[in-house]
Amino acid sequence: MKLINKVLTGVALTAMTATAAQASTLEDVRAADELKCVVTTGLAGFAAPNAAGRWEGFDADFCRAVAAAVLGDGDKVKFVPSTGKTRFTMLNSGEGDILFRNTTETLSRDVDLKLSFLPVNFYDGQGFMVPASLGVSSALELDGASVCIQTGTTTELNLADYFRTNGMSYEPVAIETNEEGFTNYVAGRCDVYTTDASGLASTRAKFEDPTQHLVLPEIISKEPLGGAVRHGDDQWADIGKWVVNALINAEEMGITQANAMNLASNVGNNPGINRLVGSEGTMGEMLGLGPKWAAQAIAAVGNYGEIYERNVGPNTPLEIGRGLNNLWNKGGVLYAAPIR
Amino acid sequence: MSTPTTNPLLRAWYDKETRSVIIQIIAAALIISFFAYIINNAVTNLAAIGKDINFGFLWQNASYDINQSLIEYSSTSSHFKAMIVGLINTLLVAVAGIFLATILGFLLGIMRLSSNWLTQKIAYVYIEYIRNVPVLLHILLLYGVILNALPRPKSSYNLNDTFFLNNRGLQMPSPEFESLFWVVAAFLVGGLAFSLWFKRYAKKIQDATGKIYPVGMISIGAIVLLPMAVYFLIGSPIVWDVPALKGFNFKGGIVLRPEFIALWLALSLYTAAFIGEIVRAGIIAISHGQTEAAQALGLSNSFILKLVVIPQALRVIIPPLTSQYLNLAKNSSLALAIGYMDVVATIGGISLNQTGREMECMLIVMAIYLAMSLLISSVMNWYNDRIQLVER
Ligand SMILES: N[C@@H](CCC(=O)N[C@@H](CS)C(=O)NCC(=O)O)C(=O)O
Repeated sequence: MKLINKVLTGVALTAMTATAAQASTLEDVRAADELKCVVTTGLAGFAAPNAAGRWEGFDADFCRAVAAAVLGDGDKVKFVPSTGKTRFTMLNSGEGDILFRNTTETLSRDVDLKLSFLPVNFYDGQGFMVPASLGVSSALELDGASVCIQTGTTTELNLADYFRTNGMSYEPVAIETNEEGFTNYVAGRCDVYTTDASGLASTRAKFEDPTQHLVLPEIISKEPLGGAVRHGDDQWADIGKWVVNALINAEEMGITQANAMNLASNVGNNPGINRLVGSEGTMGEMLGLGPKWAAQAIAAVGNYGEIYERNVGPNTPLEIGRGLNNLWNKGGVLYAAPIR
Repeated sequence: MSTPTTNPLLRAWYDKETRSVIIQIIAAALIISFFAYIINNAVTNLAAIGKDINFGFLWQNASYDINQSLIEYSSTSSHFKAMIVGLINTLLVAVAGIFLATILGFLLGIMRLSSNWLTQKIAYVYIEYIRNVPVLLHILLLYGVILNALPRPKSSYNLNDTFFLNNRGLQMPSPEFESLFWVVAAFLVGGLAFSLWFKRYAKKIQDATGKIYPVGMISIGAIVLLPMAVYFLIGSPIVWDVPALKGFNFKGGIVLRPEFIALWLALSLYTAAFIGEIVRAGIIAISHGQTEAAQALGLSNSFILKLVVIPQALRVIIPPLTSQYLNLAKNSSLALAIGYMDVVATIGGISLNQTGREMECMLIVMAIYLAMSLLISSVMNWYNDRIQLVER
């Protein structure tokens, strides 16, 4: 009977610990000494493993920045691939601590899906790609077409709205990942591939001859992409938010991957820079992080501009100009709240 | 162990019946605490991020489109309607799959027993290959073949300008019934009723006098030929909506999409291999003495099959056949892999994701599969009871 007693107590105890779980995400991440970051299954330029198996891309770099700010090492990231459909469940069920996956901020996701969005880090919009041979030059000529879309995205909702508003019909072909969408498009299962313009740029770059494929001029939606964390852990949401803000502010202030650590160890004569890199003030402490949190993040992946240029900018296969994603004082809309 | 004990608890433990009661109580307690644990865990975790369990979302607009829908559906319909559309698509592929798998399976089973070496080996190789490769791979393979081997819509295979086959599917004419069609329908129903009655009547006559009527032929005449004659007599009251290429795709008619064809064929071909083995085992189980006895009575080979072998073999075949049907129905959820819009893809996929109601949607999907499986089992059990030996 003793054994049975033990078993029953064991069951009761585990039940209790499960109830008492939900410690702070920051503590969990520190305890694991690893940041679990939910990313795409593979979208070159945003998050995809390279030939050596190392995840690379715009979103991957934001994961690294957060890991560097929290754990002091940008490589302490475990990348968790997710489809458009599984990403929120993975975040909410704790399979990831933070989400950076080409994710559009919307009211229902924020409120109903119980996410807390971090500041927008990429301003995007939904576009259409067609084979040049199709002879189509506007999305308004797409009546009756078969359209490949990723399920679980804002894409499929925008598409339904757009065709409805314009009185056109279409055949949706639902697919799970960008890779599948690419395969189906190449095989001719659909005439059109639609997703965020950035995703189209990435997909188009995969063709041997990208000029055979046309991105139509219509951008049919606003897709402000940003990271997200679970509702209910304000401290963790604050950390994510201010890491993103710090990277953008760093570009504005000229703090780069190369000079960040240097600036952090010497008190300079620009108080704004000093506060950001932590040579002055207690910004890191307020967030529950070390004083050099932001400097570590910048040293790991560079400032916003460096991240952009390295992964998606004009000198990459994606060739996406800065456009809206430039600083506010350079013609874009990036306007990060100040670190003070 | 063998030392007699005075401890009443231990003595209770050594008593077989008391022990089994104790074990059952403990098992029940463990199971209940396990479920209490996971339910509590789910509720706590949902509460921690501020979520409740609420099915109200079912009545909100789904806002997404579904390519294959047998009922009226648009992006302004509710999530509930999207679920029904998905459910119908699941049932469609399950029923079509069971139908085709049964026919192919019986064929394979009989081929396996054929005395013709080649026929037998073909069936053998087919069965061994098909059932040793996971069904998911069959689905993906077929889908890939359809997408890549078939031409694009503009260069479709064209049969008679009425049927078109391309990598967007098989486009077929769809019937539109004109008002006079009810006459044909009436003859059809009448013919069906007549055949049912005639079958009984013929049996009575046969029991009384031994006279055998050609029931099959007469039934076909009543159900097929007569309504057909009437159909042409009153001037073919069906117009066919023939598909035609307009712009990107075919318009009009009905289309079997690549996703449906791939899933349907893969599930049928796969399950047929198992059914083939079941049929073979069922026939072998009927001892050869039975056949010989029937031959001694002077019955023809087809009568031996129909009256002696098949009725007995069915008793052996039905129970495992049921579980194959259940497998097929459940395997249809692999639709996910190729984007066939079944119940998992609609309510368990897109709706789940767009509303964030994971618990609710998964509960619904589980309930649907459970109901479907129970339905199949109970129909098959009913049939099984009917064909069992009536012991006198
Ligand atoms: N921004 C949209 C669409 C996101 C999306 O699915 N993007 C695609 C292409 S831009 C992607 O990241 N695919 C990567 C993958 O398949 O894992 C949303 O948040 O719903």
